[in-house]
Parts: sequence; structure tokens; C-alpha cells
Amino acid sequence: MDRSRSARDTMRDLLPRLVLSPTVALIAIFVYGFIAFTTYLSFTDSRMLPSYDLVGAGNYTRLFGLRTWDIALTNLAIFGTLYIAICCALGLGLAILLDQKIRAEGVIRTIYLYPMALSFIVTGVAWKWILDPGIGIEAVVQGWGWESFAFDWIKDRDMAIYTIVIAAVWQTSGFVMAMFLAGLRGIDGEMLKAAQIDGASTFALYRRIVIPQLRPASLSSFVVLAHMAIKSYDLVVALTNGGPGTATEVPATFMYSYTFTRNQMGIGAASAVVMLMTVAAIVVPYLYSELREKS
Amino acid sequence: MTFKKTAGILTGAALGCAATAASAQSVEVLHWWTAGGEAAALNVLKEDLASKDIDWQDMPVAGGAGEAASTALKARVTAGNPPTAAQLLGMQVREWAEAGALGDLTSVAEEESWGDVVPAAVQEFATHDGAWVAAPVNIHRPNWLWINAKIFEEQGLEPPTTWEEFNAAATQLQEAGITPLAHGGQPWQDTTVFDDVVLGIGGPDFYRSAIIEGDPEALSSETMVQVFDQMRTLRGFVDENFSGRDWNLATAMLLNGEAAMQLMGDWAKGEIVRADMVPGEDILCVPAPGTDGAYLFNTDFFALFDVSEDNRETQQELARSVMSPEFQKEFNLVKGSIPARTDIPGDDFDACAQTAMEDIAEAQENDALLGSLAHGHAQTSAVQRAIFDVVTEHFNSDMSSEDAVEELQIAVESAQM
Repeated sequence: MDRSRSARDTMRDLLPRLVLSPTVALIAIFVYGFIAFTTYLSFTDSRMLPSYDLVGAGNYTRLFGLRTWDIALTNLAIFGTLYIAICCALGLGLAILLDQKIRAEGVIRTIYLYPMALSFIVTGVAWKWILDPGIGIEAVVQGWGWESFAFDWIKDRDMAIYTIVIAAVWQTSGFVMAMFLAGLRGIDGEMLKAAQIDGASTFALYRRIVIPQLRPASLSSFVVLAHMAIKSYDLVVALTNGGPGTATEVPATFMYSYTFTRNQMGIGAASAVVMLMTVAAIVVPYLYSELREKS
Repeated sequence: MTFKKTAGILTGAALGCAATAASAQSVEVLHWWTAGGEAAALNVLKEDLASKDIDWQDMPVAGGAGEAASTALKARVTAGNPPTAAQLLGMQVREWAEAGALGDLTSVAEEESWGDVVPAAVQEFATHDGAWVAAPVNIHRPNWLWINAKIFEEQGLEPPTTWEEFNAAATQLQEAGITPLAHGGQPWQDTTVFDDVVLGIGGPDFYRSAIIEGDPEALSSETMVQVFDQMRTLRGFVDENFSGRDWNLATAMLLNGEAAMQLMGDWAKGEIVRADMVPGEDILCVPAPGTDGAYLFNTDFFALFDVSEDNRETQQELARSVMSPEFQKEFNLVKGSIPARTDIPGDDFDACAQTAMEDIAEAQENDALLGSLAHGHAQTSAVQRAIFDVVTEHFNSDMSSEDAVEELQIAVESAQM
């Protein structure tokens, strides 16, 4: 009796571990293993194929001496800031408007959410045509008779990075809206009624009661958007392919081109590690605060 | 009943597999020739191999003028599972040969005396330490100037032979409201034009020392400043909407009379023929300004990987077929290039290809048959892309020629490390 009971206990302890172990093993190899491999490569003299001769931090020194990397970082800063800020603002605005118990909410919500169902490549190609001065918005408006109308940002090296913001915001703000909407639905209606009885204006109601309660939703959106901004690759490739010139190069396109096209795998790996560190700098504090709250 | 059926199908399938494995050797070939004409031309090779009882396993990787294929190849080699053979460009052959990944074709090459028919400059890429490591398929010429004959006739212009004449003609065209130069603002296209300007202004010896040898003195010379000055002038001759345009769309502008000229390789012929026009008549082909007598080239090679004993014979058959005059002729008739063998008569080729065959013989005598930088026959990819960066950055901004020369020198130096 005792023995069978203890066997069942052991089984109960063991089973979850058994079931999870393949996943853990796969993640250990294919995520953490390759992170370690890439980090190792970033300290080697790898060029076309991986090499295992260590050269110290030389790749990092050279990486930060490269003009293209500078351009990529500046672009990431511009793109990341605007992308996150505009997506959050638009998403929150749409969510609040949708939350006014309007008719056909389901239909409208779906429409706003649909761009998220597209791949960034599709978005990129579509916006490339829409923004092309020869066939897109500029050509259409000029065709209507407004001859002097100009909208050629995508061909302008100073403005091209903003076209990527436009396309990315179009793609993701619906998703941010959905996250905020879920947050809004979680707010206790009684609290709002009480505030209204106390004579709070709608503006004050949102500013003092609703938006502060959306903190978890905004944190989640921030983390999701931030890592999407840092790893953005497909959208840039489809929309501008880094051009005009090198004006819209971002760290992800830089990493790909140095690792695979330019046969400078060491520098490519170094840039990948820098990107990983940037993502970690955003995600780790978030996870830390989440976990601390729970415990 | 069902079980029996399934078992029957399985046995049949197993037998079928065994049969294929036994009857034929196979070659797996990685390439990026997926466009209609190219794919059709490859069929010539497939059929030839089939007649020798060798089974062709296609591994096409389209995209980015071979960039995607090159990435796929690296992944397969690193994983220890390389294809039997792969299409490579000149510098890639050299880089792979240095990595020690390529098979030796010297015995076939000597037997078929490739050394006598392949131009020396092409052989330099096909051999490594005196051994043949790759079979050249074709010779492309990137330094063509394509001219819309009708526009030039209406404007009373003659094909320009120097950059001054080019600039004069372009200015006249611009005043007549025609875009002088059809161009697509992509780094490789910018650099294709850059190659022409370096060769046209500096001459073959300057091109060799600056571009092929990467000599810092040549790179920072006064001639290089003039080259960038001419690039800036050319920037004024393209339309506003050039940035990011694909080369074939630029060719379309030339064909429908929106633009008068294009600096592009002979693959543009495919577009010309498809538009029912005749290369050499409706669209004239002349060497890029100042490059008459010289010949830039880029060549596609087949190199052999995975060189184990069992494969050797099959692979050598493949190389033999690639170098056979029949395949070289058939393939290049479709591809727009000229055969890598100089002993193939040009009778069936179009006027431009015939001119190319005469020019290449002349260039070989003058020691002016030079590898193209834009198309991977002059520098390692690290240095090549570093030069791309500077050229395209200069072309797309208002960077001064002096700054560009300085950037160029720094870029080349740091990429060589």
C-alpha cells in the first residue's frame, strides 16, 4: 500500500517534467544554444564560414566604427520612437472611441485588426506602390488636377525612414487597439459611475481613472512594439530595401547583409549580439517587475 | 483489404525508390536560373545528362541575383550536406576554393583542352593554385550603352564614344524633354555605371590598379575625383523617380521611348527581344563611353562540391556537358551572353553578341579584359559591398567628389582587414 502510494507520488512529480523536457531541450539548443554560438562567433575572425579563432573584441570596435552601423542605429532610434509613440496613441484613441458602446462594434474592430493578419512583406509591397510618386498617391492627386502636389518621401533620403513608420503604424495600431480595448473592458463600471456622480468630466474620467488603470496593457504593448521595432527586417526590405542609398538601413538589415552577403560573419554576429542586448535591456526589467508583482 | 492495399502501395513505392537509386547516378545542382529563358536553356544541359544516364535534381534558389542561393549554399556546406554542384560568380569561386570546398577538374580540363579555348582572364577565376575548380558557362559584358535608335535619329545624335560626348548628347536630350539616362537606383546598378565611368575615364590600367588591386594611391587619385564628378553629372541625367527601380523597368523606359540611353549588361537583350525589337537595330549597342577596346566581364561558373569518390565520375560528366560547344551555344543564345569558349562561331548570334565576340578578342590582345566589380569579379564581397555603399551614398546625396574619394579609401581599407 505504502509502496504503491509512493510510486504514484513519484509519477506525479515526474510526469510534468517528462512532458516538458523535450520542449526545454529544444529551446535550450535552438534558442540559448544558438545565442551562445552567435556570441562566440562575434569574438572570432569568421568571414564566409564560421571560424573558431578568437580575436577578442575587435569585431565590436570595427562595428561601432562603421558608418552604416551608425546610420542603422540612428534609423532605429527614429523609427522605434515614432512607431511606439504613434501606435500607442492611435491604438488608445481607437480603443476609447470603440468603447463608447457604438453600433456594429464587432465589424469595425475586425476592420482595424485586419492589417495585423498580413505579413510585413505584403504591407511593404503595397505601401511601396501607394507611396511611389510615379503610380501612387502623388500621381493620383496630380491626376485630379492638383498639379503641384508632391509626396515623394519614399524617394527622399531624409524622409524615407518616415515612410517605414507610416506602413508599420498602419499594420500594428489595430493590434494595440485590441490590447487597450481588452484593458478597458476590464475596468469596473461601478467606479466610473461613482466618479460621474461626483461630477467628474469625461476628460477627467479618462485622465484620472481609466488611463492609469491601463498600465498593464500599455506595458505589454510597449514591450511587444519595442521588440518588433528592433527586429524589423521584412518591412524595410520590401518597402525600400535600405534605400535610397543607405538611408533606411536598420540593424536587422545590417546584420543580414554583413553575415550572409558581405562574408563578414564576425561583424554580423557582433551586431546581432548588440541587438539582443538592446531587446534584453527592454524585456528584462519588464519581466522582473511582472514576476515581482506576482510573488 | 485496406491493409493489403496500403501494404501493396508501400512495397511498390519502396521498389520504385530502389529502382531509381540503382539505375542512375544523380547530380543535385544549386542555381538561380529560374526565369523562363534561363530555365529553358538549362533543359539543354538536363537532357544531355539524361542521355548519359545521369539524373538531374534541380535545386533552384531564386532571388537577389544569386544572393539567396549563396546563403543557401553556405548553410548546406556548413551543415555538412553540400549539393553536388553550384552556380557561382567569379569571386565566389575564389572564396570557396580558398575555403578548400571545391573539387578538382584538372584531368577533364586537360583532356578537353579548356585552357586553349577559355580566355585567360576567365581562367584566372576558374583555376586555383594551377588546378581547374570550376567550369565557366558564359561571358556577360556589363559595359554596354544601349541607345534608342529612333530618338537618336530624331535628335540627329551619334552614339557617344567619350564621356564628354555623352554629356553633350544628354544635355541636348534633356532640353528636348527626354530623360537622357534610364537608371534604377539600386546599389548594384549604381556600381555598374561606376565601373563604366572608372574604365572610361581612367582606362584599363587605372581600372586594374584601383578596382581590381584596390591600390590606395589609385583610389585617392585625381582621376577618381573626376570619376565621382562624372557620377554627379550623371545624377542630373536620370529622372526623379529612379530610386529603387528594378533594372528591367529602366530598360522598359528605354524601349518605349521615355528615356534615350541605358548603361546595363547584355542581359538587357532579353527585355529587348521580348518587346519585339531588334538589338543592334531598334536599340543600338555600343561600348560604354570611353571603354571601346576594353571589355568588362562577369561569368557564371559551375563548381563542384561534395567531392567523394562515388561522385567523381558523375561530376566530371557534368563539367564535360557544361563545357560542350552545344550547351555553350544553346544556353548563351537564350541568355544574351556569349559562350565562355572562344571557338564557337557567332553566326547564329545577334548583332550585339557578334560585336561582343570581336571586342573580346581585341580586348584580350590589349590586356583589357577585366573583371566587373559590380558583378563580383574584382573584389571579395566585403570590399565589393563597401564600395557599393560609397558609390550609392554619393549618387543619392550631395556628397562632394573629394569626400567620396576619402570615404572610398576608408571603406576599402576597413573592409580588407
